[in-house]
Amino acid sequence: MTTILAYPFKNLPTTSKWALRFAVQTKTKKTLAKPNIRNVVVVDGVRTPFLLSGTSYKDLMPHDLARAALTGLLHRTSVPKEVVDYIIFGTVIQEVKTSNVAREAALGAGFSDKTPAHTVTMACISANQAMTTGVGLIASGQCDVIVAGGVELMSDVPIRHSRKMRKLMLDLNKAKSMGQRLSLISKFRLNFLAPELPAVAEFSTSETMGHSADRLAAAFAVSRLEQDEYALRSHSLAKKAQDEGLLSDIVPFRVPGKDTVTKDNGIRPSSLEQMAKLKPAFIKPYGTVTAANSSFLTDGASAMLIMAEEKALAMGYKPKAYLRDFMYVSQDPKDQLLLGPTYATPKVLEKAGLTMNDIDAFEFHEAFSGQILANFKAMDSDWFAENYMGRKTKVGLPPLEKFNNWGGSLSLGHPFGATGCRLVMAAANRLRKEGGQYGLVAACAAGGQGHAMIVEAYPK
Amino acid sequence: MVACRAIGILSRFSAIRILRSRGYICRNFTGSSALLTRTHINYGVKGDVAVVRINSPNSKVNTLSKELHSEFTEVMNEIWASDQIRSAVLISSKPGCFIAGADINMLSACKTLQEVTQLSQEAQKILEKLEKSPKPVVAAINGSCLGGGLELAISCQYRIATKDRKTVLGVPEVLLGALPGAGGTQRLPKMVGVPAALDMMLTGRNIRADRAKKMGLVDQLVEPLGPGLKPPEERTMEYLEEVAITFAKGLADKKISPKRDKGLVEKLTAYAMTIPFVRQQVYKKVEEEVRKKTKGLYPAPLKIIDFSHISFLSIDHSSLLPFWTMYKFGELVMTKESKALMGLYHGQVLCKKNKFGAPQKDVKHLAILGAGLMGAGIAQVSVDKGLKTILKDATLTGLDRGQQQVFKGLNDKVKKKALTSFERDSIFSNLTGQLDYQGFEKADMVIEAVFEDLSLKHRVLKEVEAVIPDHCIFASNTSALPISEIAAVSKRPEKVIGMHYFSPVDKMQLLEIITTEKTSRDTSASAVAVGLKQGKVIIVVKDGPGFYTTRCLAPMMSEVIRILQEGVDPKKLDSLTTSFGFPVGAATLVDEVGVDVAKHVAEDLGKVFGERFGGGNPELLTQMVSKGFLGRKSGKGFYIYQEGVKRKDLNSDMDSILASLKLPPKSEVSSDEDIQFRLVTRFVNEAVMCLQEGILATPAEGDIGAVFGLGFPPCLGGPFRFVDLYGAQKIVDRLKKYEAAYGKQFTPCQLLADHANSPNKKFYQ
Repeated sequence: MTTILAYPFKNLPTTSKWALRFAVQTKTKKTLAKPNIRNVVVVDGVRTPFLLSGTSYKDLMPHDLARAALTGLLHRTSVPKEVVDYIIFGTVIQEVKTSNVAREAALGAGFSDKTPAHTVTMACISANQAMTTGVGLIASGQCDVIVAGGVELMSDVPIRHSRKMRKLMLDLNKAKSMGQRLSLISKFRLNFLAPELPAVAEFSTSETMGHSADRLAAAFAVSRLEQDEYALRSHSLAKKAQDEGLLSDIVPFRVPGKDTVTKDNGIRPSSLEQMAKLKPAFIKPYGTVTAANSSFLTDGASAMLIMAEEKALAMGYKPKAYLRDFMYVSQDPKDQLLLGPTYATPKVLEKAGLTMNDIDAFEFHEAFSGQILANFKAMDSDWFAENYMGRKTKVGLPPLEKFNNWGGSLSLGHPFGATGCRLVMAAANRLRKEGGQYGLVAACAAGGQGHAMIVEAYPK
Repeated sequence: MVACRAIGILSRFSAIRILRSRGYICRNFTGSSALLTRTHINYGVKGDVAVVRINSPNSKVNTLSKELHSEFTEVMNEIWASDQIRSAVLISSKPGCFIAGADINMLSACKTLQEVTQLSQEAQKILEKLEKSPKPVVAAINGSCLGGGLELAISCQYRIATKDRKTVLGVPEVLLGALPGAGGTQRLPKMVGVPAALDMMLTGRNIRADRAKKMGLVDQLVEPLGPGLKPPEERTMEYLEEVAITFAKGLADKKISPKRDKGLVEKLTAYAMTIPFVRQQVYKKVEEEVRKKTKGLYPAPLKIIDFSHISFLSIDHSSLLPFWTMYKFGELVMTKESKALMGLYHGQVLCKKNKFGAPQKDVKHLAILGAGLMGAGIAQVSVDKGLKTILKDATLTGLDRGQQQVFKGLNDKVKKKALTSFERDSIFSNLTGQLDYQGFEKADMVIEAVFEDLSLKHRVLKEVEAVIPDHCIFASNTSALPISEIAAVSKRPEKVIGMHYFSPVDKMQLLEIITTEKTSRDTSASAVAVGLKQGKVIIVVKDGPGFYTTRCLAPMMSEVIRILQEGVDPKKLDSLTTSFGFPVGAATLVDEVGVDVAKHVAEDLGKVFGERFGGGNPELLTQMVSKGFLGRKSGKGFYIYQEGVKRKDLNSDMDSILASLKLPPKSEVSSDEDIQFRLVTRFVNEAVMCLQEGILATPAEGDIGAVFGLGFPPCLGGPFRFVDLYGAQKIVDRLKKYEAAYGKQFTPCQLLADHANSPNKKFYQ
């Protein structure tokens, strides 16, 4: 940990001469507005409390959670439902009954049945994809008002019959005579009943994400202690933010038949000694990734109201932030599965014409402590930059004092499809609260993909 | 991170030590201790764990040489004597190789039984000490851990292996006609159970790390790492070492038990094997099976069974048993069979090198003409090595069949878990099937595998030359048509070469490359490079009718026909040839090759070589072809072939054909042994003639070609090794005897006669 804390000093303003000469606050660019392109703003965003899966949300269906986020958004923004042009939701593990969960949730949440909705999926950056799809629709002039969000309900996942059983059942459906049916039934074997479970594993490599994270941490020589320290930081900061009431994007959710849920329940600051006792969860018995330094399976939903700036102003809104340049990247799904932020960060900064020093709030998705720390080490390595990123010099480290100051996925939770909106809202709210101008959101995702986006504070 | 740094220091330290040890003068002057003179092994201490690194100088692999042995003994003695050290880790400094086994050169250099026995004895001594080590020793295995390397690893208290494709464990001694000579015959059965141990020792098969973990051969697996702050291989080795050190500490602190929980099945088998009756039955069954498979031609497998069995009775390692193993090990290594097999090993190493050097341009895009058995087979071994491959055929049905063959080949690997379905799909996407010449403008090499017809080959050559770029090489996969005749219509004969693959391409290791007078050196280099990439063992021969392999086979096939005409039953002939060591019986071989192909070859070569290739009446083949008895592919040949039926019945319709062509047998040359030698001596004589005429460049290539391409008995080591070991004089005597009966076909060639006349002359000095 000490090493990480020391890095920001090494890496102070080397890139920006202006920053050296004047105060550090001086930005490379005053704003990221581009001529002839519509400005896209976030009016506001909300989320349900994120809960450990199998707790209060366990009897719900995904669209119930999504609906809660949508009604929360309607309530928070009082947006007239007929002005919403389009609704986009991200989700990862789909409930087969509601495969277009965006539409089902919107209908139930009281949006106009004239507002079309679609669902996108891109693993852990599904909500990011929902947002940027909306940005595209607005910037290209197709829409003015978009609701983007995401939902994940890990308490209930589709567990299927085996392929053989499914085939038998489908064939039985088609069988016409009793004889045909009997002959099909005679083919039944007991092992047909073995169920097929969805796994958080790469299809291409069959490796679970935790396993890959453990290998990644080992590749970058991230120790168990460093990982536990980082996880502890995340939980402590989240606890602090929760106690200080900073997590204002949460809308209380009255769970049908249960109590009203008002806050995240996965924030559990522990002690390093306690954490050290845990056994490795994936690479047994000597791995370093444990339950305590990984994000946990989470239920939750988020939603966000995005508009063209002029529309928002015309409607009398005071937007929270601009959504600016964004970037998707992808790399080797085996050995670099979780390095998306390392690849996406320099690209989006270069695209926006900013430097690391211009960023006031970093909001990175924390899949695993080991993943965040491996990304840090990769960003701080000239060798890695030269050999794998085609860059002459290293990306540089984000200063830790600006990094995930209100907790992250490790502590707040990570409902796969919903995390993207949480990251953007956290960045926007932090910029307002802490008084910065630019925020950088970055995340890794299954399939070896990654995303980064610049959030610019809306002038007060 | 601290760990990292400490290791960094350690490795730097050892580097210095190596540097210094190379300066002999310096050593003499300083007169420092033996510590500084080590070149194969060095060690550093991390905390209370000694990290012993094996690194044979100037070699890609670590082999158990005399020097390595003595240095290892020295180092271990120091470790055992040191008070600071409580445990040790044994690791290689070379990525991709732990220890590849005993130094084969050292074994082949042994002239006497005593020398070999002594080697084995020394190895056993140190391993026994290692096994009883009071300080736990962890073997950290990355890469090949074979033969003596594995015997060393299983003498340690704990084994950790990387789950890398390169990490394989095995005792391949049997493939060299020897047995695991350093206690493996005793330790392996105790570790993995008798059935698994016997399987390993008798087949010599390589076992991948994950399988080894399941068997209990290794205790822990370490996943290979991707890129981090260092190249992946380097960091993986470091990581392996870090993990091994934690386990070594755990073992020393008794926090980890080196004992493994055995599964129920394993416990039951182990229990069953303690019952003498069961054990005897098992060993009897195994021995029967081995005798059946080896026809008693290979002594090593039987000895392995003996030893593994006897070791059950011995309670104490320090009894006489180890000495007996050493002695037998020595005996085995001195056998002709072992010499033959080691010779093949050396030949194979030689044929895995590109003697033409690196080609100017790497072949990345390959095009194959003809999606038949051969074309598709070539495609299969190319796409899985990452070559972008076009498979072109004239008809859609032919193309479909070919693509299906490639897919099936890959899918079979998925079923055997050698590939994942995802890897299969991405490999298969390297293949483009098409009916036209689209994309040929990008091809770096075209291999034609169309029907064996000169005018057809001329046509495709001209068609292809119209569309391919200037640098593109045209290779012909033909088994008998001279390449110079094919190249006659080429605009650029320097770019034309022969690449003779063997069917089935994905199973047969050999590739015969044929160069004409005009073939450029770079073209040869490219062809060899592609062949090596495809995983082939390559012999390069000069152009001529039948090249080398087909030419050797033809006279033997002619003799097969004559023997059949003389009334020998195909089944009997098959058993005579297999009991001589051929993997496939002679009559079956004709069926497998295809009667029409055999006829083609016999006619073509018969025309060129005349009487020397005579003997049997080609009419036999002609009649078979006319009746549609083309061998396995048509379901009937000498035998009847049915899908899904393993038993082979004789094709009774052959009786009339054979009867009509019947020849009276000559009793003086028709004993079983004579029949075997008539076949083999004709083969050998022709092979030697190929060397004499310069078709072959070296005897080693001749041996490799005969064994890997034609199934010449491996226990004889190939025709040239056979002459050396059996004696040229005895072969010439045989030939002369048969010459007296049949004439010119058996006239020994000049080179063979020379060898017979001067007993000191050997193909292998």
